[in-house]
Amino acid sequence: MNKQRRSVVQITALIGLMVTTGLISQSQAQDWNKAAFDGKSLDDVMKALGASGFEKSNAITLNAPDIAENGAVVPVGVVTSLKATQMAILVEKNPSALAAQFFFPEGAQPFVTTRVKMAQSSNVYGLVKADGKWFVASKEVKVTLGGCGG
Amino acid sequence: MADPMRVRATESGGVVDVKILMKHDMETGQRKDSSGKTIPSWHIAHVAIKAKDKEVFRGQFGTAISKDPFLNVKFKGAVKGDEVVVSWVDSKGESRTDKAIVS
Repeated sequence: MNKQRRSVVQITALIGLMVTTGLISQSQAQDWNKAAFDGKSLDDVMKALGASGFEKSNAITLNAPDIAENGAVVPVGVVTSLKATQMAILVEKNPSALAAQFFFPEGAQPFVTTRVKMAQSSNVYGLVKADGKWFVASKEVKVTLGGCGG
Repeated sequence: MADPMRVRATESGGVVDVKILMKHDMETGQRKDSSGKTIPSWHIAHVAIKAKDKEVFRGQFGTAISKDPFLNVKFKGAVKGDEVVVSWVDSKGESRTDKAIVS
């Protein structure tokens, strides 16, 4: 069995265990979106996230450096004036395009910053789901030293 | 539990700013060790943040989040003195929960 698939099977088994021990809720367990994290292209990920498409939006700011010295640690932030319920960060040329997705219950501000690994220079996408529709902003980030190891 | 994470929560103008530094190797499953064997992927999968018993943020990480994940989020609904609880569960089922008081 290929390693990627095995670890995903492990995750689903362990998440099952986590639910029974009460560490995470039932709805969270169903949520680790294997299909989205397996997605190799933007379209794969969008389909897995249940998006029929996405619209470019000026109401999203994607904060990322023009040039990342170290592809292993690239700070990326997404902030928007839209009423975001969900966000996702995608790195187009990574082995799997989806880096992370975030959920914003009531009270949460539509803002997130984290650090991602980039295998090579690539477009980075900040996706925002608001009012049931997906919007996107993107930025090209150049990487001088790739961050996926090997 | 796994190694502790550092959580700082500060409130200003009704908005609580939470900065978290988690301790985790976040193996992508792409690297090989010195004998040429692929190191299996191992990463934080779920992150949940609660304040006053209400979930204020939830995240799902893939393998592309950097080692020792950093996360900065903001929310309304807590004031100075309230407790913010951050938990994560990884792909091996290990977990960690840490708290901070909003200052």
